[in-house]
Amino acid sequence: MRRDRAHSSRLTHHKRNKMNIRENFDRDLQALQDDILEVGSLVQENLVKVTAALTQRDFEQSRKLVKEDKWVNKRRIAIGMEAFSLIARQQPMAGDMRLIAAVLEIIGELERIHDYVKGIGHINIMIGEEAIPANLLELLPEMAELAAEMLEGALDAFTKRNSELALNVAKRDDSVDKLYNKTYKRVMRYMNDNPSEASFEMAHRVEWAAHNLERAADRVTNICEWIVYLVTGHYKEVQHETYGKG
Amino acid sequence: MSTDLSMTANGKYAIEARHMHVYYGSFRAVKDIALQCPRNHITALIGPSGCGKSTVLRSFNRMNDLIQTARTEGEIIYQGANIYAPEVDPVEVRRRIGMVFQKPNPFPKSIYENVAWGARINGMKGNMDELVESALRQAALWDEVKDKLQQSGYSLSGGQQQRLCIARTIAVKPDIILMDEPTSALDPVATLRIEELIQELKKNYTIIIVTHNMQQAARASDHTAFFNMDSDRAGYLVEYGNTNDLFTNPKNELTEQYITGRFG
Repeated sequence: MRRDRAHSSRLTHHKRNKMNIRENFDRDLQALQDDILEVGSLVQENLVKVTAALTQRDFEQSRKLVKEDKWVNKRRIAIGMEAFSLIARQQPMAGDMRLIAAVLEIIGELERIHDYVKGIGHINIMIGEEAIPANLLELLPEMAELAAEMLEGALDAFTKRNSELALNVAKRDDSVDKLYNKTYKRVMRYMNDNPSEASFEMAHRVEWAAHNLERAADRVTNICEWIVYLVTGHYKEVQHETYGKG
Repeated sequence: MSTDLSMTANGKYAIEARHMHVYYGSFRAVKDIALQCPRNHITALIGPSGCGKSTVLRSFNRMNDLIQTARTEGEIIYQGANIYAPEVDPVEVRRRIGMVFQKPNPFPKSIYENVAWGARINGMKGNMDELVESALRQAALWDEVKDKLQQSGYSLSGGQQQRLCIARTIAVKPDIILMDEPTSALDPVATLRIEELIQELKKNYTIIIVTHNMQQAARASDHTAFFNMDSDRAGYLVEYGNTNDLFTNPKNELTEQYITGRFG
Protein backbone atom coordinates (compact mmCIF):
# COMPACT_ATOMS: atom_id res chain seq x y z
CA MET A 1 0.00 0.00 0.00
CA ARG A 2 1.59 3.24 -1.08
CA ARG A 3 1.07 6.17 1.22
CA ASP A 4 -0.08 9.13 -0.77
CA ARG A 5 1.45 12.30 0.55
CA ALA A 6 0.50 14.40 -2.43
CA HIS A 7 -2.46 15.96 -0.72
CA SER A 8 -0.39 17.18 2.19
CA SER A 9 2.58 18.61 0.35
CA ARG A 10 2.53 22.13 -0.93
CA LEU A 11 5.29 24.34 -2.16
CA THR A 12 5.93 26.89 0.56
CA HIS A 13 9.21 28.39 -0.49
CA HIS A 14 7.73 31.48 -2.07
CA LYS A 15 4.81 33.75 -1.35
CA ARG A 16 1.92 33.53 -3.76
CA ASN A 17 0.81 36.74 -5.42
CA LYS A 18 -2.74 37.52 -6.41
CA MET A 19 -1.99 36.34 -9.89
CA ASN A 20 0.55 33.56 -10.04
CA ILE A 21 2.43 34.35 -13.20
CA ARG A 22 4.22 31.02 -13.10
CA GLU A 23 1.27 28.81 -12.40
CA ASN A 24 2.24 26.15 -14.93
CA PHE A 25 5.79 26.03 -13.64
CA ASP A 26 4.61 25.84 -10.03
CA ARG A 27 2.31 23.00 -10.94
CA ASP A 28 5.19 21.14 -12.59
CA LEU A 29 7.43 21.72 -9.57
CA GLN A 30 4.68 20.45 -7.27
CA ALA A 31 4.31 17.36 -9.43
CA LEU A 32 8.06 16.68 -9.20
CA GLN A 33 7.88 16.98 -5.44
CA ASP A 34 4.90 14.64 -5.29
CA ASP A 35 6.78 12.13 -7.44
CA ILE A 36 9.64 12.08 -4.93
CA LEU A 37 7.21 11.47 -2.10
CA GLU A 38 5.49 8.67 -4.00
CA VAL A 39 8.72 6.82 -4.79
CA GLY A 40 10.10 7.58 -1.32
CA SER A 41 7.07 6.08 0.38
CA LEU A 42 7.42 2.87 -1.59
CA VAL A 43 11.14 2.59 -0.87
CA GLN A 44 10.48 3.18 2.82
CA GLU A 45 7.88 0.43 3.00
CA ASN A 46 9.88 -2.03 0.95
CA LEU A 47 12.97 -1.70 3.17
CA VAL A 48 10.91 -3.10 6.03
CA LYS A 49 9.02 -5.64 3.92
CA VAL A 50 12.07 -7.17 2.27
CA THR A 51 13.83 -7.53 5.63
CA ALA A 52 10.74 -9.21 7.08
CA ALA A 53 10.68 -11.51 4.06
CA LEU A 54 14.29 -12.48 4.78
CA THR A 55 13.78 -13.13 8.49
CA GLN A 56 10.54 -15.03 7.80
CA ARG A 57 12.14 -16.84 4.81
CA ASP A 58 9.25 -15.75 2.60
CA PHE A 59 10.62 -16.33 -0.91
CA GLU A 60 7.36 -15.34 -2.62
CA GLN A 61 7.44 -11.91 -0.99
CA SER A 62 11.13 -11.54 -1.86
CA ARG A 63 10.44 -12.29 -5.53
CA LYS A 64 7.59 -9.76 -5.58
CA LEU A 65 9.75 -7.03 -4.09
CA VAL A 66 12.61 -7.77 -6.51
CA LYS A 67 10.16 -7.23 -9.40
CA GLU A 68 9.07 -3.87 -7.98
CA ASP A 69 12.57 -2.53 -8.58
CA LYS A 70 11.72 -2.21 -12.28
CA TRP A 71 9.02 0.33 -11.44
CA VAL A 72 11.43 2.32 -9.27
CA ASN A 73 14.01 2.43 -12.08
CA LYS A 74 11.40 3.59 -14.59
CA ARG A 75 10.21 6.33 -12.24
CA ARG A 76 13.78 7.46 -11.68
CA ILE A 77 14.32 7.98 -15.38
CA ALA A 78 10.94 9.62 -15.91
CA ILE A 79 11.45 12.04 -13.02
CA GLY A 80 14.94 12.83 -14.27
CA MET A 81 13.65 13.55 -17.76
CA GLU A 82 10.94 15.79 -16.43
CA ALA A 83 13.53 17.70 -14.38
CA PHE A 84 15.75 18.13 -17.47
CA SER A 85 12.76 19.39 -19.42
CA LEU A 86 11.96 21.97 -16.76
CA ILE A 87 15.57 23.15 -16.78
CA ALA A 88 15.47 23.61 -20.56
CA ARG A 89 12.05 25.21 -20.71
CA GLN A 90 11.84 27.27 -17.56
CA GLN A 91 15.41 28.40 -16.78
CA PRO A 92 14.92 27.90 -13.04
CA MET A 93 16.72 30.23 -10.66
CA ALA A 94 17.47 30.31 -6.92
CA GLY A 95 15.03 28.19 -4.88
CA ASP A 96 13.43 26.69 -7.99
CA MET A 97 16.84 25.63 -9.29
CA ARG A 98 17.77 24.16 -5.92
CA LEU A 99 14.51 22.25 -5.79
CA ILE A 100 15.14 20.66 -9.18
CA ALA A 101 18.75 19.92 -8.22
CA ALA A 102 17.61 18.31 -4.96
CA VAL A 103 14.95 16.28 -6.79
CA LEU A 104 17.59 14.93 -9.19
CA GLU A 105 19.92 13.98 -6.37
CA ILE A 106 17.19 12.52 -4.16
CA ILE A 107 15.63 10.36 -6.86
CA GLY A 108 19.09 8.95 -7.58
CA GLU A 109 19.55 8.06 -3.94
CA LEU A 110 16.07 6.53 -3.70
CA GLU A 111 16.75 4.38 -6.74
CA ARG A 112 19.97 3.11 -5.20
CA ILE A 113 18.28 2.44 -1.86
CA HIS A 114 15.75 0.31 -3.69
CA ASP A 115 18.64 -1.51 -5.38
CA TYR A 116 19.57 -2.55 -1.84
CA VAL A 117 15.99 -3.71 -1.30
CA LYS A 118 16.28 -5.78 -4.46
CA GLY A 119 19.65 -7.08 -3.24
CA ILE A 120 18.18 -8.28 0.05
CA GLY A 121 15.35 -9.96 -1.87
CA HIS A 122 17.89 -11.82 -4.02
CA ILE A 123 19.89 -12.78 -0.92
CA ASN A 124 16.88 -14.47 0.64
CA ILE A 125 16.26 -16.42 -2.57
CA MET A 126 19.92 -17.37 -2.98
CA ILE A 127 20.31 -18.61 0.60
CA GLY A 128 17.23 -20.70 -0.15
CA GLU A 129 16.57 -23.67 2.09
CA GLU A 130 19.80 -23.26 4.09
CA ALA A 131 18.83 -22.39 7.68
CA ILE A 132 19.97 -19.06 9.06
CA PRO A 133 20.82 -18.85 12.78
CA ALA A 134 18.44 -16.50 14.59
CA ASN A 135 21.17 -14.36 16.12
CA LEU A 136 22.57 -13.46 12.69
CA LEU A 137 19.18 -12.11 11.58
CA GLU A 138 18.15 -10.68 14.93
CA LEU A 139 19.22 -7.07 14.43
CA LEU A 140 18.20 -6.72 10.80
CA PRO A 141 14.53 -5.81 11.32
CA GLU A 142 15.55 -3.04 13.70
CA MET A 143 18.07 -1.75 11.15
CA ALA A 144 15.36 -1.74 8.49
CA GLU A 145 12.91 0.07 10.78
CA LEU A 146 15.49 2.70 11.66
CA ALA A 147 16.43 3.24 8.02
CA ALA A 148 12.77 3.45 7.03
CA GLU A 149 12.02 5.92 9.82
CA MET A 150 15.00 7.99 8.74
CA LEU A 151 13.65 8.05 5.21
CA GLU A 152 10.22 9.06 6.45
CA GLY A 153 11.83 11.86 8.46
CA ALA A 154 13.83 12.99 5.44
CA LEU A 155 10.72 13.12 3.24
CA ASP A 156 8.97 15.07 5.97
CA ALA A 157 11.87 17.54 6.14
CA PHE A 158 11.73 17.83 2.33
CA THR A 159 8.01 18.64 2.35
CA LYS A 160 8.35 21.13 5.18
CA ARG A 161 11.60 22.64 3.83
CA ASN A 162 13.10 22.20 7.29
CA SER A 163 16.89 21.88 7.42
CA GLU A 164 16.95 21.30 11.20
CA LEU A 165 14.72 18.27 10.79
CA ALA A 166 16.93 16.97 7.99
CA LEU A 167 20.08 17.31 10.08
CA ASN A 168 18.45 15.51 13.02
CA VAL A 169 17.48 12.65 10.73
CA ALA A 170 21.04 12.39 9.40
CA LYS A 171 22.41 12.01 12.92
CA ARG A 172 20.38 8.85 13.43
CA ASP A 173 22.62 7.04 10.93
CA ASP A 174 25.01 6.24 13.77
CA SER A 175 22.42 3.91 15.38
CA VAL A 176 22.20 1.89 12.18
CA ASP A 177 25.98 1.74 11.91
CA LYS A 178 26.18 0.34 15.46
CA LEU A 179 23.69 -2.43 14.68
CA TYR A 180 25.59 -3.29 11.50
CA ASN A 181 28.87 -3.54 13.39
CA LYS A 182 27.25 -5.89 15.94
CA THR A 183 25.83 -8.07 13.17
CA TYR A 184 29.20 -8.13 11.42
CA LYS A 185 30.90 -9.39 14.60
CA ARG A 186 28.26 -12.08 15.02
CA VAL A 187 28.77 -13.21 11.44
CA MET A 188 32.55 -13.34 11.93
CA ARG A 189 32.14 -15.36 15.13
CA TYR A 190 29.71 -17.74 13.41
CA MET A 191 32.06 -18.27 10.47
CA ASN A 192 34.90 -18.92 12.88
CA ASP A 193 32.82 -21.51 14.76
CA ASN A 194 31.32 -23.13 11.64
CA PRO A 195 34.06 -23.36 9.05
CA SER A 196 32.28 -24.98 6.11
CA GLU A 197 31.68 -23.71 2.62
CA ALA A 198 27.90 -23.75 3.01
CA SER A 199 28.08 -21.88 6.33
CA PHE A 200 30.47 -19.30 4.95
CA GLU A 201 28.29 -18.67 1.94
CA MET A 202 25.11 -18.25 3.99
CA ALA A 203 26.75 -16.08 6.66
CA HIS A 204 28.46 -13.94 4.04
CA ARG A 205 25.14 -13.30 2.31
CA VAL A 206 23.49 -12.37 5.63
CA GLU A 207 26.31 -9.95 6.31
CA TRP A 208 25.79 -8.50 2.84
CA ALA A 209 22.09 -7.96 3.60
CA ALA A 210 23.03 -6.12 6.79
CA HIS A 211 25.51 -4.09 4.77
CA ASN A 212 22.75 -3.14 2.33
CA LEU A 213 20.64 -1.81 5.19
CA GLU A 214 23.58 0.14 6.56
CA ARG A 215 24.20 1.63 3.10
CA ALA A 216 20.51 2.46 2.78
CA ALA A 217 20.74 4.57 5.92
CA ASP A 218 23.89 6.23 4.56
CA ARG A 219 22.00 7.19 1.43
CA VAL A 220 19.20 8.69 3.50
CA THR A 221 21.90 10.84 5.08
CA ASN A 222 22.89 11.96 1.57
CA ILE A 223 19.24 12.85 0.94
CA CYS A 224 19.27 14.95 4.12
CA GLU A 225 22.36 16.82 2.92
CA TRP A 226 20.56 17.76 -0.29
CA ILE A 227 17.52 18.90 1.67
CA VAL A 228 19.76 21.20 3.69
CA TYR A 229 21.17 22.54 0.39
CA LEU A 230 17.65 23.06 -0.94
CA VAL A 231 16.62 25.06 2.12
CA THR A 232 19.78 27.01 2.91
CA GLY A 233 21.62 27.17 -0.41
CA HIS A 234 24.69 25.67 1.23
CA TYR A 235 25.87 22.08 0.85
CA LYS A 236 27.66 20.52 3.81
CA GLU A 237 28.53 16.89 4.37
CA VAL A 238 27.20 15.41 7.59
CA GLN A 239 30.02 13.76 9.53
CA HIS A 240 29.70 10.00 9.90
CA GLU A 241 31.30 7.83 12.54
CA THR A 242 33.86 5.56 10.99
CA TYR A 243 33.34 1.82 10.66
CA GLY A 244 34.44 -0.37 13.52
CA LYS A 245 33.23 1.78 16.39
CA GLY A 246 30.32 0.85 18.70
CA MET B 1 28.97 51.12 2.77
CA SER B 2 31.48 53.58 1.39
CA THR B 3 35.03 52.74 0.47
CA ASP B 4 37.98 55.05 0.80
CA LEU B 5 38.77 57.09 -2.26
CA SER B 6 41.93 55.15 -3.05
CA MET B 7 39.81 52.11 -3.87
CA THR B 8 38.50 53.80 -6.97
CA ALA B 9 41.63 55.63 -8.06
CA ASN B 10 43.40 52.60 -9.46
CA GLY B 11 42.06 50.05 -7.10
CA LYS B 12 39.43 47.40 -6.96
CA TYR B 13 36.41 49.53 -7.90
CA ALA B 14 36.15 51.38 -11.19
CA ILE B 15 33.25 53.52 -10.02
CA GLU B 16 31.17 53.94 -6.92
CA ALA B 17 27.85 55.53 -6.03
CA ARG B 18 27.57 56.98 -2.51
CA HIS B 19 24.28 58.08 -0.97
CA MET B 20 23.04 58.97 -4.43
CA HIS B 21 19.57 60.33 -5.06
CA VAL B 22 18.27 61.38 -8.47
CA TYR B 23 15.30 63.71 -8.86
CA TYR B 24 13.27 64.67 -11.89
CA GLY B 25 11.82 67.94 -10.70
CA SER B 26 10.35 67.22 -7.29
CA PHE B 27 9.98 63.49 -7.97
CA ARG B 28 12.69 61.34 -6.48
CA ALA B 29 13.37 58.61 -9.00
CA VAL B 30 16.08 56.74 -7.06
CA LYS B 31 17.09 57.01 -3.43
CA ASP B 32 20.18 56.45 -1.37
CA ILE B 33 22.08 54.29 -3.83
CA ALA B 34 25.32 52.80 -2.57
CA LEU B 35 27.01 50.64 -5.19
CA GLN B 36 30.59 49.71 -6.02
CA CYS B 37 31.40 48.31 -9.46
CA PRO B 38 34.60 46.26 -9.54
CA ARG B 39 37.21 47.08 -12.16
CA ASN B 40 37.38 44.76 -15.17
CA HIS B 41 34.21 43.01 -14.16
CA ILE B 42 30.71 43.05 -15.58
CA THR B 43 28.04 44.38 -13.25
CA ALA B 44 24.42 43.88 -14.26
CA LEU B 45 21.62 46.13 -13.01
CA ILE B 46 18.28 44.32 -12.98
CA GLY B 47 14.82 45.03 -11.68
CA PRO B 48 11.22 45.59 -12.74
CA SER B 49 10.08 48.48 -14.91
CA GLY B 50 10.31 51.81 -13.14
CA CYS B 51 12.83 50.67 -10.55
CA GLY B 52 15.38 53.26 -11.64
CA LYS B 53 18.09 51.03 -13.04
CA SER B 54 18.52 53.11 -16.22
CA THR B 55 18.49 56.29 -14.14
CA VAL B 56 21.30 54.87 -12.02
CA LEU B 57 23.23 53.83 -15.12
CA ARG B 58 22.91 57.28 -16.69
CA SER B 59 24.07 58.89 -13.49
CA PHE B 60 27.40 57.09 -13.86
CA ASN B 61 28.36 59.32 -16.80
CA ARG B 62 26.19 62.35 -16.15
CA MET B 63 23.83 61.57 -19.01
CA ASN B 64 21.02 62.67 -16.70
CA ASP B 65 22.44 66.20 -17.02
CA LEU B 66 20.91 66.27 -20.49
CA ILE B 67 17.46 66.06 -18.90
CA GLN B 68 16.54 69.58 -17.85
CA THR B 69 14.64 68.69 -14.70
CA ALA B 70 17.16 66.10 -13.50
CA ARG B 71 19.13 66.71 -10.31
CA THR B 72 21.63 64.39 -8.63
CA GLU B 73 22.54 64.41 -4.94
CA GLY B 74 25.28 62.36 -3.36
CA GLU B 75 28.43 61.30 -5.15
CA ILE B 76 29.69 59.20 -7.98
CA ILE B 77 33.34 58.53 -7.29
CA TYR B 78 35.55 57.87 -10.31
CA GLN B 79 39.33 58.14 -10.29
CA GLY B 80 39.18 59.22 -6.68
CA ALA B 81 36.93 62.20 -7.29
CA ASN B 82 33.22 62.98 -7.45
CA ILE B 83 32.21 63.37 -11.11
CA TYR B 84 29.46 65.78 -10.05
CA ALA B 85 31.92 68.25 -8.56
CA PRO B 86 31.50 71.70 -10.19
CA GLU B 87 34.98 71.71 -11.73
CA VAL B 88 34.46 68.42 -13.56
CA ASP B 89 33.90 68.51 -17.34
CA PRO B 90 30.94 66.24 -18.14
CA VAL B 91 32.11 65.78 -21.74
CA GLU B 92 35.39 64.36 -20.51
CA VAL B 93 33.43 62.16 -18.11
CA ARG B 94 31.45 60.77 -21.03
CA ARG B 95 34.59 60.07 -23.01
CA ARG B 96 36.00 57.99 -20.21
CA ILE B 97 32.70 56.46 -19.27
CA GLY B 98 31.09 55.61 -22.57
CA MET B 99 27.58 54.47 -23.27
CA VAL B 100 25.91 52.03 -25.64
CA PHE B 101 22.15 52.34 -26.01
CA GLN B 102 19.29 49.94 -26.52
CA LYS B 103 18.60 50.93 -30.11
CA PRO B 104 21.78 50.84 -32.18
CA ASN B 105 22.42 54.43 -33.27
CA PRO B 106 25.35 54.60 -35.68
CA PHE B 107 26.13 57.99 -37.17
CA PRO B 108 24.91 58.65 -40.72
CA LYS B 109 28.48 58.12 -41.86
CA SER B 110 30.65 55.33 -43.21
CA ILE B 111 31.65 52.46 -41.00
CA TYR B 112 35.16 53.91 -40.87
CA GLU B 113 33.99 57.39 -39.96
CA ASN B 114 31.65 56.08 -37.28
CA VAL B 115 34.70 54.87 -35.43
CA ALA B 116 37.18 57.57 -36.43
CA TRP B 117 35.02 60.66 -35.91
CA GLY B 118 34.77 60.49 -32.12
CA ALA B 119 38.46 59.73 -31.80
CA ARG B 120 39.30 62.69 -34.03
CA ILE B 121 37.03 65.06 -32.10
CA ASN B 122 38.68 63.99 -28.88
CA GLY B 123 42.07 64.85 -30.29
CA MET B 124 43.36 61.35 -30.79
CA LYS B 125 46.72 61.38 -32.50
CA GLY B 126 48.50 58.61 -34.30
CA ASN B 127 47.54 56.24 -37.07
CA MET B 128 43.78 56.48 -37.52
CA ASP B 129 43.60 53.38 -39.70
CA GLU B 130 45.21 51.35 -36.93
CA LEU B 131 42.94 52.85 -34.33
CA VAL B 132 39.82 52.07 -36.38
CA GLU B 133 40.97 48.51 -37.03
CA SER B 134 41.80 47.98 -33.36
CA ALA B 135 38.40 49.23 -32.23
CA LEU B 136 36.57 47.14 -34.82
CA ARG B 137 38.59 44.06 -33.86
CA GLN B 138 37.83 44.56 -30.19
CA ALA B 139 34.15 44.83 -31.10
CA ALA B 140 34.43 41.54 -33.02
CA LEU B 141 33.34 43.30 -36.20
CA TRP B 142 36.54 43.75 -38.21
CA ASP B 143 36.32 40.54 -40.26
CA GLU B 144 32.80 41.35 -41.35
CA VAL B 145 33.46 44.94 -42.42
CA LYS B 146 37.14 45.18 -43.34
CA ASP B 147 36.36 45.08 -47.05
CA LYS B 148 33.58 47.66 -46.88
CA LEU B 149 34.73 50.31 -44.47
CA GLN B 150 33.47 53.07 -46.73
CA GLN B 151 29.95 51.72 -46.78
CA SER B 152 27.36 53.40 -44.62
CA GLY B 153 26.95 52.26 -41.04
CA TYR B 154 23.29 51.82 -41.89
CA SER B 155 24.11 49.05 -44.33
CA LEU B 156 24.87 46.73 -41.43
CA SER B 157 22.45 44.41 -39.65
CA GLY B 158 21.09 45.35 -36.22
CA GLY B 159 23.62 43.22 -34.40
CA GLN B 160 26.46 44.58 -36.52
CA GLN B 161 25.30 48.15 -35.94
CA GLN B 162 25.36 47.57 -32.21
CA ARG B 163 28.89 46.22 -32.43
CA LEU B 164 29.78 49.29 -34.51
CA CYS B 165 28.45 51.47 -31.69
CA ILE B 166 30.62 49.50 -29.27
CA ALA B 167 33.63 50.05 -31.53
CA ARG B 168 32.81 53.75 -31.64
CA THR B 169 32.80 53.85 -27.84
CA ILE B 170 36.04 51.89 -27.61
CA ALA B 171 37.79 54.18 -30.10
CA VAL B 172 37.94 57.03 -27.60
CA LYS B 173 39.62 54.72 -25.08
CA PRO B 174 37.22 54.71 -22.19
CA ASP B 175 37.72 53.03 -18.82
CA ILE B 176 34.13 52.07 -18.35
CA ILE B 177 31.45 51.10 -20.84
CA LEU B 178 27.84 51.54 -19.78
CA MET B 179 25.26 49.52 -21.70
CA ASP B 180 21.57 50.25 -21.46
CA GLU B 181 19.72 47.10 -22.56
CA PRO B 182 22.15 46.69 -25.45
CA THR B 183 20.55 43.58 -26.90
CA SER B 184 16.82 44.26 -26.37
CA ALA B 185 16.39 45.17 -30.01
CA LEU B 186 18.46 42.29 -31.35
CA ASP B 187 17.67 38.72 -32.38
CA PRO B 188 18.81 35.83 -30.13
CA VAL B 189 21.98 35.05 -32.08
CA ALA B 190 23.08 38.69 -32.19
CA THR B 191 22.30 38.87 -28.49
CA LEU B 192 24.55 35.96 -27.66
CA ARG B 193 27.35 37.44 -29.80
CA ILE B 194 27.21 40.67 -27.83
CA GLU B 195 27.27 38.67 -24.57
CA GLU B 196 30.35 36.80 -25.76
CA LEU B 197 31.89 40.10 -26.78
CA ILE B 198 31.50 41.73 -23.39
CA GLN B 199 33.29 38.75 -21.79
CA GLU B 200 36.26 39.67 -23.96
CA LEU B 201 35.87 43.41 -23.41
CA LYS B 202 36.03 43.15 -19.64
CA LYS B 203 39.72 42.27 -19.91
CA ASN B 204 40.32 45.89 -20.83
CA TYR B 205 37.22 47.73 -19.65
CA THR B 206 34.76 47.78 -16.81
CA ILE B 207 31.25 47.02 -18.02
CA ILE B 208 27.99 48.02 -16.36
CA ILE B 209 24.91 46.72 -18.10
CA VAL B 210 21.22 47.32 -17.53
CA THR B 211 19.12 44.40 -18.64
CA HIS B 212 15.54 43.36 -18.16
CA ASN B 213 16.53 39.86 -19.24
CA MET B 214 17.40 37.94 -16.11
CA GLN B 215 18.90 35.06 -17.98
CA GLN B 216 21.23 37.51 -19.68
CA ALA B 217 22.31 38.92 -16.33
CA ALA B 218 22.84 35.36 -15.08
CA ARG B 219 24.79 34.32 -18.19
CA ALA B 220 26.85 37.36 -18.84
CA SER B 221 27.69 39.19 -15.61
CA ASP B 222 30.05 38.77 -12.67
CA HIS B 223 28.04 40.85 -10.22
CA THR B 224 24.36 41.71 -10.14
CA ALA B 225 22.52 44.57 -8.47
CA PHE B 226 18.77 44.13 -8.03
CA PHE B 227 16.67 47.30 -7.80
CA ASN B 228 13.02 47.65 -6.91
CA MET B 229 10.48 50.45 -6.69
CA ASP B 230 9.47 51.36 -3.16
CA SER B 231 6.00 52.46 -2.06
CA ASP B 232 7.05 56.10 -2.57
CA ARG B 233 7.84 55.14 -6.18
CA ALA B 234 11.53 55.76 -5.68
CA GLY B 235 13.89 53.06 -6.85
CA TYR B 236 16.28 51.56 -4.34
CA LEU B 237 18.94 48.89 -4.24
CA VAL B 238 17.58 45.68 -2.73
CA GLU B 239 20.52 43.37 -3.04
CA TYR B 240 23.94 43.32 -4.67
CA GLY B 241 26.31 40.42 -4.96
CA ASN B 242 28.23 37.89 -6.93
CA THR B 243 26.00 36.78 -9.80
CA ASN B 244 26.33 33.08 -9.07
CA ASP B 245 25.38 33.61 -5.42
CA LEU B 246 22.50 35.94 -6.21
CA PHE B 247 20.96 33.60 -8.74
CA THR B 248 21.44 30.37 -6.77
CA ASN B 249 20.83 31.63 -3.23
CA PRO B 250 19.65 35.24 -2.96
CA LYS B 251 19.66 36.74 0.51
CA ASN B 252 16.53 38.84 0.12
CA GLU B 253 13.07 37.32 -0.30
CA LEU B 254 12.16 40.05 -2.79
CA THR B 255 15.16 39.14 -4.92
CA GLU B 256 14.10 35.50 -4.85
CA GLN B 257 10.58 36.43 -5.94
CA TYR B 258 11.81 38.62 -8.77
CA ILE B 259 14.39 36.29 -10.22
CA THR B 260 12.06 33.31 -10.03
CA GLY B 261 9.51 35.35 -11.93
CA ARG B 262 6.96 35.51 -9.17
CA PHE B 263 6.63 39.26 -9.59
CA GLY B 264 7.83 41.95 -11.91
